[in-house]
Amino acid sequence: MKSAILQTATRYLLPILLLFSFFLLLRGHYYPGGGFVGGLVASIAFVLHSFANGTENTMKILRYKPLSLIPIGLAILTVSATLPLLFGLPPMTGLWLEEPIPVIGMIGSALFFDIGVYLVVIGVVLTILFTIALND
Amino acid sequence: MLFTVLTGLITSSLLVPFGKIIKTKWSILLPVIPITLFLFFLWHVPVVANGTNVMQHLPWVPTLGVNFDFRLDGLSLLFALLITGIGTAIFFYGRSYLKGHVYFDRFFAYLLLFMSAMLGLVLANNILTLFVFWELTSISSFFLIGFNNDSKESRKSAITALSITGLGGFFLLAGLVLAGNIANTFIISELFAQHDKLVSHPLYPLIVGLVFIGAFTKSAQFPFHFWLPGAMKAPTPVSAYLHSATMVKAGIYLLARFTPVLGSTDLWNTTLMVVGGVTMVYAAIHALFRTDLKSILAYSTISALGILTFLLGVGTREAIIATSVFILVHALYKATLFMVTGIIDHETHTRDITKLSGLRNVLMPVFIAALLAALSSAGLPLSFGFIGKDLIYEATLHYEENWALWLTTLAVITNVGLVAAGFMAGIKPFTGKLPQKFEQVHLPYKSMWIPPLILAALGFIFGIFPGITGDYFNHQTANAIAGENTDMQLKIWHGFNTVLILSLATLAIGTVVYLFNKPSEAKLKAIERLNKISPERIMMSFGQGIKRFSVLYTNNIHNGYLRSYHLKIILFAELLLAYKLWLGGPIQIDYENLTPLSWYEVGIVAILIGALYIVVTTKSRLTSVVSTSVIGYCICLLFVFYSAPDLAMTQFTIDTLTTVLFVLVLYKLPPFINFVRREILIRDAIVALLFGIIISLIALRVLYEPNKTEISDFYGENVYLLAKGKNVVNTILVDFRGIDTMFETVVLAIAALGVYSLIKLRLKSSEKE
Amino acid sequence: MELLLILILGLLFAGGVYLILRRSMVKLLLGIILWGNGANILIFVLGKITKGSPPVIDEAYKVFQDIYADPIPQALILTAIVISFGLTSFAIVLLKRVYALVDSDDLDDLNTPEEEDI
Repeated sequence: MKSAILQTATRYLLPILLLFSFFLLLRGHYYPGGGFVGGLVASIAFVLHSFANGTENTMKILRYKPLSLIPIGLAILTVSATLPLLFGLPPMTGLWLEEPIPVIGMIGSALFFDIGVYLVVIGVVLTILFTIALND
Repeated sequence: MLFTVLTGLITSSLLVPFGKIIKTKWSILLPVIPITLFLFFLWHVPVVANGTNVMQHLPWVPTLGVNFDFRLDGLSLLFALLITGIGTAIFFYGRSYLKGHVYFDRFFAYLLLFMSAMLGLVLANNILTLFVFWELTSISSFFLIGFNNDSKESRKSAITALSITGLGGFFLLAGLVLAGNIANTFIISELFAQHDKLVSHPLYPLIVGLVFIGAFTKSAQFPFHFWLPGAMKAPTPVSAYLHSATMVKAGIYLLARFTPVLGSTDLWNTTLMVVGGVTMVYAAIHALFRTDLKSILAYSTISALGILTFLLGVGTREAIIATSVFILVHALYKATLFMVTGIIDHETHTRDITKLSGLRNVLMPVFIAALLAALSSAGLPLSFGFIGKDLIYEATLHYEENWALWLTTLAVITNVGLVAAGFMAGIKPFTGKLPQKFEQVHLPYKSMWIPPLILAALGFIFGIFPGITGDYFNHQTANAIAGENTDMQLKIWHGFNTVLILSLATLAIGTVVYLFNKPSEAKLKAIERLNKISPERIMMSFGQGIKRFSVLYTNNIHNGYLRSYHLKIILFAELLLAYKLWLGGPIQIDYENLTPLSWYEVGIVAILIGALYIVVTTKSRLTSVVSTSVIGYCICLLFVFYSAPDLAMTQFTIDTLTTVLFVLVLYKLPPFINFVRREILIRDAIVALLFGIIISLIALRVLYEPNKTEISDFYGENVYLLAKGKNVVNTILVDFRGIDTMFETVVLAIAALGVYSLIKLRLKSSEKE
Repeated sequence: MELLLILILGLLFAGGVYLILRRSMVKLLLGIILWGNGANILIFVLGKITKGSPPVIDEAYKVFQDIYADPIPQALILTAIVISFGLTSFAIVLLKRVYALVDSDDLDDLNTPEEEDI
């Protein structure tokens, strides 16, 4: 499936899709979107890239094994869930900064939770697809 | 008291890692445990003899009423002393008997396990704890019977014993739980007060029946007796310990323990008398025709157990005193005889009494032990057996006038058999001429013949000084069984009366029978032929029937074809659901509240149905995968129309990824095969459509139900106020139900790891090739 | 529309059952996917379906001003979709591995009846 058009297209599509996925992730709390969808879109971006340029090249862009994203994501999830314990609150209590930050908006533990989900989803999808693709 | 139970259990498990050490000279440490425990219980004798009950309570599963309640009264103490005392003898004996055996450590681990279970059983004051230990004795007995696990016979006997006693255990549990529920307590000592309530309850016969099955299976009462002779496949120390002195008496213990709770009714007494009476006579006669020493002893044990059951059935004060004495009498002489048999077997390698003779010349101390035991079993005056026999006759003679004569006759017949059997086992091998092949036989280690000698001697010491046992043990035992204070004075001389005449007559007739009855192969064969219709046979053919049934069942239901399982499961589900739907009455549809249709929705639904048709019918793999993804996209569009943008996005991306995955993997696989017959296709199609219709009907029924939206409303109202989110779906996922999402990601991570390892695994195995 | 959705989910379940009763492992897997889709629609129908009002609060407000679609079935389905992806991908790889080992997609080829056991 190595076509010049697709290769050229993915060169631009990858960053755009990644940006879009990040956008979905950040606004998930207020508009349709969120960690799951964001992570899936990001994975599709990488899958598309791997279709055009070969999985090996995509792995080069990623630098790290996608498998390593899973523990990072799970760790962020756990931290954001247990963080309220430090403030003497029950776990999973939402913590929020007082003032919104420009562009990103309100920052709170729910956002970190979503980021964790985002990372785990990317890690899982890419691990599954790339291990299959690389071992054929 | 808990420690007495735990010591054995802990040591038993310690033998697993330290088994190697215990096989060496350190094995001398093993008997220390029963001795210690024995001394502990002996130390309690004076306390209990005063009529005090020692209690202990430790919560285990308090919410279920299962606790470690222990109680030491006369009955428990007698059994505890028997278990640890005879246990001590057996431990010394077994150490030498099995010296150098490969599984020496394993043997003692089982034995310790058994000892603890048995102690737990007799000390338990909670019926559920009692049951747990009851089963534990069955299991340890299973291991011990099957100890020679390379012998097919052993394995079969072990399984028979386990299935009979284990099955009995279930009945027992049912009976005990019923009784406990009616009485509203699981504490045995509290059950005593509930006697009247239990006895007058309509379920009383059921409870008694269940408890009886439990006790009869354990104590080898007719018609469940046949596992006991089979159990003689166990090494002799085990037979001596479990299958004569202790475990088989667990059933008797149970009956005795529950006499004050459930007893003193016609049902209770008559059943016990009938079953005990049949067992004792049947087994006593059977014992006479056996040629194998252990077999003789096994049948005489069954007979003795029958006597005990019978006495509990008679239930008068005298009978209860007789029970308490006879338990001890029998344990002493039977354990001795078994140990003697073990020595003979160990030294001459045969147990056939037609071949054994003249061993007194080479095994003098063993002969003395055997002789003393045989005489005690025969009830020679001055022996403890004499007192036991006296008490039995007293009990039967003083029963209601119409029956006294019959009961006494039964007792006499049984005792004559037992006298003869005792002589056959204890005297026959030692008298007569010593055959040449046995001239090389020599005395075994001291630790093998001293324990039986001590036990046999005790049989006479107790006989000569009956006051000791009477005051210290049997009195309280009888009190515990009767549930009230009984007068009792064991005497060596009751005067010249009917009982004495009967005793002497029994002894005389028994001797005559012994002298004239020459057991031989031929007679044994004749008896065996009679056994064709014995309970054992019935049980066996029942077992065969179950086996055949399971083969049939397996071949039909469990045939190894996945789709056949699916078909059965789905059909069953359809039946259940259809029945439930039918029960619910007609389905109503509220046409007013339906959402209006638009033409593009109909179009999408049409595409979806078309794609579904292709998926189901196509022969091409790629087409089916693509059509499946088309279905997914159609659903995605439906989500868009019906206000679920999050769902639509997720469905879209997931559908894409799934298709990619399928294509990645499947392009290598062969096309679909199809050699199924047309009828089967039609059958499956009908089943499938039926399932679809049922699910649709269920959905219709639910649709009509008023929608409950409290939870949705809660989320909707509080999404910003509590969680500062405006997208309710996402907020539910990351905040309200965040823990669920967290574990969902964990599940995903596990799936990814599974995929990863599955693929890497394949690489490794192919590398090896 | 509800009736149409109910028709669809019935058909999806029927198709799923039909495929599950086939011998091919791929068809079995497709059947499971169809079932998953059917179940999702079932959950969707059981909440009240609403047109054009997603459960998202308008930017200017802090609470809902209008009726909105039931968010709970949506949250449930979202979870189900993602999890079913995990299931499907694992099953696909399992299928691939089985194919590599026995060189067949036929479930019957996986049966290795051990005669001595019967």
